[in-house]
Amino acid sequence: MMLLIHPLAAIGRRTLALLAMLGNVTLFVIGAITHIFRPPFYGREFLNALLNIGWLSLPVVGMTAIFTGGALALQIYDGSSRFSAEAVVPQIVAIGMVRELGPVLVGLMVAARVTSSIAAEIATMKVTEQIDALTTLSTHPMKYLTAPRVLAALLVVPVLVGVGDIIGIYGGFLVATGQLGFNPANYIRNTADFLEASDVISSLIKGSAFGGIAAVMGCYFGMNSGRGAQGVGQATKSSVQAAAVLILAANFLLTSLFFAS
Amino acid sequence: MITFQDVHKSFGPKKVLRGVNLDIPKGTSMVIIGGSGTGKSVALKCVLGLITPDSGTIMVDGKDATQGDRDAFLARFGMLFQGGALFDSLTVWQNVAFRLLRGSLKRPKHEAREIAIEKLRRVGLTPDVADLFPSELSGGMQKRVGLARAIAAEPEIIFFDEPTTGLDPIMSGVINDLIREIVVEMGATAMTITHDMTSVRAIADNVAMLHDGVIQWTGPVSEMDSSGDPYLTQFISGSADGPIEAVR
Repeated sequence: MMLLIHPLAAIGRRTLALLAMLGNVTLFVIGAITHIFRPPFYGREFLNALLNIGWLSLPVVGMTAIFTGGALALQIYDGSSRFSAEAVVPQIVAIGMVRELGPVLVGLMVAARVTSSIAAEIATMKVTEQIDALTTLSTHPMKYLTAPRVLAALLVVPVLVGVGDIIGIYGGFLVATGQLGFNPANYIRNTADFLEASDVISSLIKGSAFGGIAAVMGCYFGMNSGRGAQGVGQATKSSVQAAAVLILAANFLLTSLFFAS
Repeated sequence: MITFQDVHKSFGPKKVLRGVNLDIPKGTSMVIIGGSGTGKSVALKCVLGLITPDSGTIMVDGKDATQGDRDAFLARFGMLFQGGALFDSLTVWQNVAFRLLRGSLKRPKHEAREIAIEKLRRVGLTPDVADLFPSELSGGMQKRVGLARAIAAEPEIIFFDEPTTGLDPIMSGVINDLIREIVVEMGATAMTITHDMTSVRAIADNVAMLHDGVIQWTGPVSEMDSSGDPYLTQFISGSADGPIEAVR
């Protein structure tokens, strides 16, 4: 009987903990969004966040996108050649990058680079009492630390996604024209003709959602970190895991919303 | 000025404060002593609202500390944290002038910088440290910067959390003297938590000993050595023998 009860108790505890965390994250998100719209506004913090999340992520986003676009072109060429449809490479590279790979890979790169950095920074601030110091200096930590980062991510990650999409398509273009014998002018024309505005818009919306997820997870786990170096490490790890899983789940939901008709 | 009335606080099954009653008169310097983990920092953080007590009341100037305008309430306080708690991403002067660069006490940037440099001078630091980052300073200098930040907005009440922890005896003496001078000069009400008896003697007007979640003894610092309280006597003497259990 005890053997039966103990596993159930463990499942119950985990379920309760998960539900409590979901509730806390929801309240945290509501708090973060509320603070974005309520003064005072910390412009300098916002600009720093724009720089860190956007500008400084460009190299990693660019590298990821160009290699992915190139690999995509090779895979599509190889796959489509089995039924003599090699000509679809520009179209599939474009749609694959813009609709799926661009936003998802940029989201995951932002989760790796930005979420971890935000979580580690805020967690360190917490264990060194800097968060308490903010409060005693009449500055709300959510307003000063979370709101600028979340707003910056919501605004700048779509730009990163747009850049990633273009670089990814360019990666495909380089491989297709340099290695697979495609005509450059035809490749560009086919890409441009095939892509629709809704593809680009859905890509940017996904970017904004993934940016928001990445920043919120970083801030949430940072603010709720445990003590000491272990607490900071745990917060950083959990934030990246949560952000990556939520980005992939949100991608599925958004793809279902935009394209499942 | 600050009154604790039957304040309780637990963390899970651990009861840290079990009914703290204490009165800190205006313009005096109260030092709370006690062993590690006895709840000194918790008591201090309860006043500032960083931790919410489970029960009991904390009054500041006769008003419940949890009621009213939070910003106006906190604007009356300055605090020196144990590790300094300086913001790594800001320069020294921006740390000191943090409160003067934003919120209700906001001043023009050049004015805030001048005040910051003046406060740095007051704690014995030269203006050339103003543009350094906290990581470029020694522990003692960081403490001084923390002290300058605590007094930058000329608060009525200043809290000092373990002000001499991690400092050598000479630097500890310097910080103790600074605290005493500044508190007297500003006429501020001070609450310090420490287990450094040299600090106690240098800073305190009154002393309270927190043990087992309650105030075991309180009185003027001049009566501390002759109190006859076995807990206080053991703590002052640093003896392993006495009513306070020493974990070996």
